[in-house]
Amino acid sequence: MKAALITIVLAPLVASVIAGLFGRRIGRAGAHWITILAVGLSFALSAWVLWQSMSFGGVLFNESIYTWMVSDGLRMEVGFLVDRLTALMMTVVTFVSWMVHIYTIGYMQDDPGYQRFFSYISLFTFSMLMLVMANNFLQLFFGWEAVGLVSYLLIGFWYKKPTAIYANLKAFLVNRVGDFGFILGIASIVYFTGSLDYGQVFERSGALSQGTVEIFSGNAWSAITVTCILLFIGAMGKSAQIPLHVWLPDSMEGPTPISALIHAATMVTAGIFMVARMSPLFELSEVALVTVLVIGALTAFLMGLVGVVQNDIKRIIAYSTLSQLGYMFVALGASAYAAGIFHLMTHAFFKALLFLAAGSVIIGMHHEQDIRKMGGLRKYMPITYWTALLGSLALIGFPGFSGFYSKDAIIEAVHLSHLPGHGIVYLAVLSGVFITALYSFRLIFLVFHGQERFDEHTRSQLKESPWVVTVPLILLAIPSVVIGMLTIGPLLFGDWFGSALQVLPRHDVLSELGKEFHGPLAMMTHALQQWPLWFALAGVATAWFFYLKRPDLPQSIAQTLAPLYRILDRKYYFDEFNQQVFANGAQQAGRLFWRVGDETIIDRTVVNGSARAVDWISGRLRGIQSGYLYHYAFAMVIGLAVLLAWLILGA
Amino acid sequence: MEFPILSTLTWLPVVGGIAVLLAARQGTALPRQIALAVAIITFVLSTLLWRPSLFSTATMQFEEFVPWIDAFNVNYHLGIDGISLPLILLTTFMTVLVIAAGWEVIRDKTAQYMAAFLIMEGIMIGVFSALDAMLFYVFWEAMLIPMFLIIGVWGGPNRVYATIKFFLYTFLGSVFMLVSLIYLYFQTGSYEILDLHAVGLSLREQQWIFVAFLLAFAVKIPMFPVHTWLPDAHVEAPTGGSVILAAIMLKMGGYGFLRFSLPVTPDASQSFDWLLILLSLIAIVYVGFVALVQQDMKKLIAYSSIAHMGFVTLGLFIPFTIFRSTGAFSGIALGMEGGMVQMISHGLISGALFLCVGVMYDRVHSRQIADYGGVVNTMPKFAGFMVLFALANAGLPGTSGFVGEFMVILSSFKANFWFAFLAATTLVLGAAYMLWLVKRTIFGEIANDNVAQLSDINGREFVVLGTLAVSVLVLGLWPAPLVDVMHGTIDNLIEHMMQSKL
Repeated sequence: MKAALITIVLAPLVASVIAGLFGRRIGRAGAHWITILAVGLSFALSAWVLWQSMSFGGVLFNESIYTWMVSDGLRMEVGFLVDRLTALMMTVVTFVSWMVHIYTIGYMQDDPGYQRFFSYISLFTFSMLMLVMANNFLQLFFGWEAVGLVSYLLIGFWYKKPTAIYANLKAFLVNRVGDFGFILGIASIVYFTGSLDYGQVFERSGALSQGTVEIFSGNAWSAITVTCILLFIGAMGKSAQIPLHVWLPDSMEGPTPISALIHAATMVTAGIFMVARMSPLFELSEVALVTVLVIGALTAFLMGLVGVVQNDIKRIIAYSTLSQLGYMFVALGASAYAAGIFHLMTHAFFKALLFLAAGSVIIGMHHEQDIRKMGGLRKYMPITYWTALLGSLALIGFPGFSGFYSKDAIIEAVHLSHLPGHGIVYLAVLSGVFITALYSFRLIFLVFHGQERFDEHTRSQLKESPWVVTVPLILLAIPSVVIGMLTIGPLLFGDWFGSALQVLPRHDVLSELGKEFHGPLAMMTHALQQWPLWFALAGVATAWFFYLKRPDLPQSIAQTLAPLYRILDRKYYFDEFNQQVFANGAQQAGRLFWRVGDETIIDRTVVNGSARAVDWISGRLRGIQSGYLYHYAFAMVIGLAVLLAWLILGA
Repeated sequence: MEFPILSTLTWLPVVGGIAVLLAARQGTALPRQIALAVAIITFVLSTLLWRPSLFSTATMQFEEFVPWIDAFNVNYHLGIDGISLPLILLTTFMTVLVIAAGWEVIRDKTAQYMAAFLIMEGIMIGVFSALDAMLFYVFWEAMLIPMFLIIGVWGGPNRVYATIKFFLYTFLGSVFMLVSLIYLYFQTGSYEILDLHAVGLSLREQQWIFVAFLLAFAVKIPMFPVHTWLPDAHVEAPTGGSVILAAIMLKMGGYGFLRFSLPVTPDASQSFDWLLILLSLIAIVYVGFVALVQQDMKKLIAYSSIAHMGFVTLGLFIPFTIFRSTGAFSGIALGMEGGMVQMISHGLISGALFLCVGVMYDRVHSRQIADYGGVVNTMPKFAGFMVLFALANAGLPGTSGFVGEFMVILSSFKANFWFAFLAATTLVLGAAYMLWLVKRTIFGEIANDNVAQLSDINGREFVVLGTLAVSVLVLGLWPAPLVDVMHGTIDNLIEHMMQSKL
């Protein structure tokens, strides 16, 4: 088992190093073969690990691989914890990564950075595996930052593009803001439990729930709440939740395969995974849970709305991702951790599918991404169309599709939650269903149906993408459709995750929900009596009416509701605010400190000032040393007189 | 008698330096070869010191003792412990790289340039291995001379202002140290550093001595507000000078705190720790902002050095607050070892970054960020290194830059939430100034003709940067050996300094 786990992690790393350093020598084919084989091997072994964990249950493996260092009695190690949660994540990550590797052969065909790209995505697979397999906070943080690094490198993959190198800097910095909270959370954990190891920390969580942190003097805050919120700030950065979501839409400047892999299916779900992994801690703080719930709901609702007004095919899907990540956090906040992970998994498949389908469209359209310039592509790209349609149906939660099961479970879980604020959150996620259906089918209708809005030249070259592109689409479409139906029973209601996800009895909404669950088919028929399905259908109908039946309407509505439209179009002015306040503010502060603090006060006044003072004093003193004897004699006489006077008067 | 390895390490480079000077008349080839050979031999010899089992306790190792000035009881006494060992290795390692880096770049007075670095190497090893305070002081001051010459002779246009500023600043600081040492001699009748550790002193005495030491060490590190000489010195110094200045000379200050301030004046250290913590946090936050707006690459890295050295002083001076707020020693060693790791790591990373700037400067003759852009297009290999070192400087896990910062942040949380909070801002600030630098210089379209004509790094530059890259990664992925050699010494020091002398 140990050897298998090490192979799973190292195979992509070795492949990445070879493809990266010797890319020129092994050539393009060499680079894609070695990385695809390595990630394929990781996937095969991960699937085997998953199979093992299904038959054994519980913790399959929890050992350190090597000791990073020991200082002050604090062991810092690299080690793996494999239980069903980990095994599931490993399989999802390696499978999607593998598909994306294959797809990349087609998508990046003409790119001069071909080998480099394969090296990066393989490195990403390694980092993501380190993250999900960690058995301690140090390695979690390592993986956490490493995926951020690869994301940085990949968003800026086309380093000549000004927008790309702006976006990758932004992504890294915003993530660092999250990591800032995350590292403080880890420090707090070390402070209260004296360990970085998950097992030990969870055992000693009592110290956290009894401890207090005095952040402002006189105000003792519960340590568990502070810690969980700090950890959650990390999750907000990586999983792009309001207000740290601003980097994800811009990350679409990177090549499409990584949008699918990193910015939809895997890396951005790291925050979800982390919070679920920390469920023994989050359960102890209702304040933290409510925070997660509310932030998730805000993101789910507000970001979905922005998706409705976007015109860039990738950005629409990016906003959809933000919104879906919000749903996952809502699940976590409601203590339905299994539902969050379940949605993470189904979303990984259908969202990767949607991104890759979008990429296929972009290839067909010769790198045109504006959906207003598409239309009627259905007949030119049938495979892309059908797979995208299946992905969209999964996304909007159409009964029977994977997204239906995971999203309905979340909505119902919120409905049953007892946390303060769950009522509003329920409304937000419910109306989110309508919005999701609206933007999803707006995209489908504008891209694949209706009038062709492109020129003759594009039309003459339009054709279905090659098999390296369509095969991954098909392979991803299969789980997008069926995985929910197949796994909802055990995953959500069968205590499949065992001890990996811990829920306090009074928060256990899923077991309550489980009482009403009578199998996936019954859930489908039951859906007819539930709001979400009708909200989704209404969304599709609205999209159909506005974008196929009366395509003139959206324009006029945008004009009548101009202020609202502008707010959505400007994405609630988050970017402007950050640019003005943080980016410019930091530079102004820097310039002020530098020009005033360093240059004027320290250098000009104190340093050069003391030099000038020495100069001035010595200048005066020089005047005294005139060289005339009578000057000196005169000074001596005066001095003597003063001294005598002082002695006499003093006595 | 054992082989006097510390003396050999100290004097071999000095003698080698003189040999290089004598060979100056033979053209440039021979002096260069001698210089490189001496540097490599010194480095190889220094690796013989790495015997972790010897450093499991705080006992001085490889000691040498020869009476020097009997009248004042000054002795030539050398020896090292777990604090000096890593710094000596860093010195010998970086000197090899600096000699190699200056190989064909320095056209003017090549032999003298190489000689200056060798002599400086010997003196710096002397500083780290002296166990006699007067000997320490002699080495400490002697070190200024070669650096003064390096900046003054091979420096940039404004070098005179920079050298005078550098010299006066550091000299002014160290004069006060001399006064303290003499005072301590009158108290103990000895210049033995270990005797000074044991001497009992009143709080008032300790405070005066502490402040005098502080002036010397704070200038060297440099701490806010006596840091302004560093950016000027770096900007004017030739590449090699900047590398040694950043990689080794700044570490003298941290070493001084560990060797003198904390053990000799523990009670004063405790009473002034708030000041040191405050200045460290200012260095991290304030200087981080200042680094953000620099237009000169070397200034930017110089300011980033100051911010990173803030972690060293923070790690060294939080023990007292930790003890006050938790009543236990837990977390203290973590912070102090973190400070030490930060010194070594910063030595490698800042050295590497200055070498990177040097590589660009050699080709374009400008250090202005605005004169670059899109370097990756013409220098892909170099860009890879630059990005790696920039990320290491931003504290990316997996590189050495992360290790010390992580340890100090964990440790400072035990002292006070806000210490950790302010220290952790480096995650954002460090990434901001480093990656913005990378964005403006390395990425983007080719900005101008100079960049278009750049040629990628040659084999020699590749080896120099590659060696550093490997070191930064190895230390980041497996810091255990480095931390292990310090345990004995640091634990002993903590025990000593947490015990009141009053």
